[in-house]
Amino acid sequence: MFASSLRILPLTTIVRTRALPVEGRVLVRPGQKVTPTDVIAEATINQKHSILDVAAELGIPAARADAALKVKRGQKISKGDVLGESSGIFGREALSPLDGQVVATGGGKIVLETGGIPLQIRAGLAGTVSQIIENRGAILRASGAIIQGAWGNGKMDSGILAGLLKQPDDTLEAAQMDVGLRGSILLGGHVADLKTLQNAAEILVRGLILASLAPHLISAAKQAPYPILLLEGFGKRPMGAQAFKLLSTNLKRETSVNAESFNRFKGTRPEVFISLPISQEPPEPRDIETFSAGQFVRMNWLMRPAQSGTLTQLFEQPQRLPGGIIARCAQIRLETGEVVTAPLSNLEALG
Amino acid sequence: MPASLVEGNSLLAVDIGSVTTRAAFFDVVEGQYRFIGLGTAPTTAGAPFGNAAYGVQRAIENLQNTIGKPLTNADGHLILPAETDGSGVDQFSATFSLGPALKTVLVGLLPDVSLKSVENLARSSYLQVVDEIHMNDLRRPEEQLDAILKFGPELVLIAGGTNGGATQSIQKTLELIGLASYLIPQTSRPALLFAGNEAMAQTVRASMKNLVSNVITAANIRPLPEVEDLPPAQHQLADLVTVLRETQMPELKEIRALAGGFLIPGAAAHGRMVRYLAQYFNSGRGVLSVDLGASALTLAASFGQDLHLNVFPQFGLGQPLGDLLHHTTLDDLMRWFPLDLPADSLREYLLQKSLYPASLPVSPEELAMEHTLARVLLQLAAHSALSRLPAARRPKSGLLPPLEPILASGAVITNAPTLGQRLMILLDGLQPTGITTLALDQNNLLAMLGGIAEQNSLLPVQVINAGALVYLATVISPVSNQAYGVPIARAKLIRADGSESETEVKMGGLHILPLESGQNARLQLRPLQRADVGLGPGKAGEVDVLGSAIGVVIDARGRPIRLPPEAEKRRELLQRWRARMEG
Repeated sequence: MFASSLRILPLTTIVRTRALPVEGRVLVRPGQKVTPTDVIAEATINQKHSILDVAAELGIPAARADAALKVKRGQKISKGDVLGESSGIFGREALSPLDGQVVATGGGKIVLETGGIPLQIRAGLAGTVSQIIENRGAILRASGAIIQGAWGNGKMDSGILAGLLKQPDDTLEAAQMDVGLRGSILLGGHVADLKTLQNAAEILVRGLILASLAPHLISAAKQAPYPILLLEGFGKRPMGAQAFKLLSTNLKRETSVNAESFNRFKGTRPEVFISLPISQEPPEPRDIETFSAGQFVRMNWLMRPAQSGTLTQLFEQPQRLPGGIIARCAQIRLETGEVVTAPLSNLEALG
Repeated sequence: MPASLVEGNSLLAVDIGSVTTRAAFFDVVEGQYRFIGLGTAPTTAGAPFGNAAYGVQRAIENLQNTIGKPLTNADGHLILPAETDGSGVDQFSATFSLGPALKTVLVGLLPDVSLKSVENLARSSYLQVVDEIHMNDLRRPEEQLDAILKFGPELVLIAGGTNGGATQSIQKTLELIGLASYLIPQTSRPALLFAGNEAMAQTVRASMKNLVSNVITAANIRPLPEVEDLPPAQHQLADLVTVLRETQMPELKEIRALAGGFLIPGAAAHGRMVRYLAQYFNSGRGVLSVDLGASALTLAASFGQDLHLNVFPQFGLGQPLGDLLHHTTLDDLMRWFPLDLPADSLREYLLQKSLYPASLPVSPEELAMEHTLARVLLQLAAHSALSRLPAARRPKSGLLPPLEPILASGAVITNAPTLGQRLMILLDGLQPTGITTLALDQNNLLAMLGGIAEQNSLLPVQVINAGALVYLATVISPVSNQAYGVPIARAKLIRADGSESETEVKMGGLHILPLESGQNARLQLRPLQRADVGLGPGKAGEVDVLGSAIGVVIDARGRPIRLPPEAEKRRELLQRWRARMEG
């Protein structure tokens, strides 16, 4: 059976797409080395549109007005520019009330596009541009450590990783954060208090990597100005041993947090990437995993949060779970030595 | 049965769901089509595969192992038609319900007339309505334009004007949609379905064909102000959704080609089958079918030919759970939770389930949480679907209209460990009234059979006839406003062997009259206090009932079911009901 995979790898090569949601300008070239803050592509979004009735302004029928227009599609115009004029002794002028760009004309009307918000897509990690996606962005290649998570608030940033947890089940308190952590990516445990998120914003952290978050803070986390990535999910859940170990041994390194949402269809997942110096490019992780004995797996099981172990047996026949459901299962030897039966649907191949 | 109708054709049907792909094999046994076996595999449309065909292939391989018959050749290709050695299959059909909901803008003229109908049309498919535009919209045209451009819809559904009625207002609306589409890059332009004033159809096609990715016109969904006619437009919408999905997933084109051009959305196929079943059962009441899937809940009710199809992407038991508390409250969820655990644990469960939609409840506590969510999702969907029924179909009581039978599918129901649990999820979730039969579509065949019907109209009939649905129980749900504990009916079950069971039905009680599977009996119902046992207020009568592993159930808990406000008492009651049904 195909296995979902969870990447927690100390050294690997990843390939990631950075693309605009709309067409725009690509600012990098193939082979270019990029840092996490480099802009890959930019565009303007959420422009406003004004429909200007030039025919009415000139007092002529719409059918005749197109010939009276003095501007063309694509033309940039300023407030006060002449949009059209009617002929005759009492000819009139229609002037633009706004700065903008003409995006459509017809029927005696002009559509003017104004304003908009600049949108920039950044690299989010240190790597190399391997391919350009025309008018959209680029595909990047990078080597280092990767730790994938369960939930992200949609933001992305990078900074030096600072550790604020000693044990995987620690809770991160507001008082632990001081101004000395400004610009850092903070590694914390569980967050249960709004003040912690607020304090992180006040001292201008670049991101929070957490084990888990109290459910009542989801809305605040979505609004936080910095990326928040949850490795385990919601409720008081300790950090998984592999992620804890890997992150704790990479403190003070340049770390990128891409807290994008977990989207199985697109294949996106929130992830932490730590650039590491390499002499030779390490291999990429396997694309497709299937369950097999000897595999290291992580369990997604509410009552047994963040537990992982070795798959010791794939049962031929479906098994009855403690709750009564019958499902295809595997036997897992947990790191504690305990042996449990878990449904394959609740397992992710680690690696 | 004319022999020429069944020519020994075998048929393979696949249904590509958002989490699971199913492959079902049907063949002729003793002159009748039968369901032979099922193979399943995880759907592979998402990363890392990015191609649904792998999942289809794996599901067919698993099916081959189950039925012990080769369906594919050494290269893994489907053998179509079947070879003389018996390998392969004669026909192939496919349905799908995968991929994110399509972003859709709805356009109508009057909010209570054409816009209402276009909303009903949109609910028959897996769409996410991002904006609605109508004549009473207070936004300026520029603001409407900005909104459309911001949302970047994949689909625009337009209705408005009775046949021979308004054209000018529609023309204005079309100009707006055309302008918006013109300003969207060509590769991202939406498709358009127009189902308004039929006099405009030609104009719409001519004016929009170069501005949108695809333009389809359908029969007017509101030909007269008081008449709504959705089925022709629903059919066209299903076609358009298929085309859009094929653009996103080109492998679906190959699957459609294999199926001889027949590939339809699962919800549309499900609806078609429920409409057929309403004629097949011909009970004089509506047929209701619910499919509680991971990405959406589909609820289809058909009263004869009159189908009401509702797809609720917001009530799926997977990723949509992350936003469930936008539609209900944690307190309302906890009201149906029988265990003494903190509310936060239920909240955490639904959030974790939204992150890992395929995960299964392992412990009894997790199972109780999952079943609680299923109950509330069914309640929300049933309430919403009921409010959308036309007044003539909607009882004044606000309860479900009489239905016969009620069918259910979706792993959370069909894979519940006991029959009692399956029945209780449905009774608590749907709260049917009167006398009804509950059955399970254990193998999720209904959508597949609806898809097959396009190619082979005989097969669904014979497969249903042969018992493809698993009978759960006959349930009598009296409606009465008496206080708990007050006798509201007497029921006597007279079995074929002459043995009898008699019970006094008290308000609030859940009674089981034992009647073994396959046994027939006569059930005499004598209401007290003008209770309605399904025969009319205070009316007594007799009905034939069929036994099941559960027996005949009298659910006198009231409609709607009233639960004690005190948490401890409520949990006690919920546990007592469940123990009674599972005892």
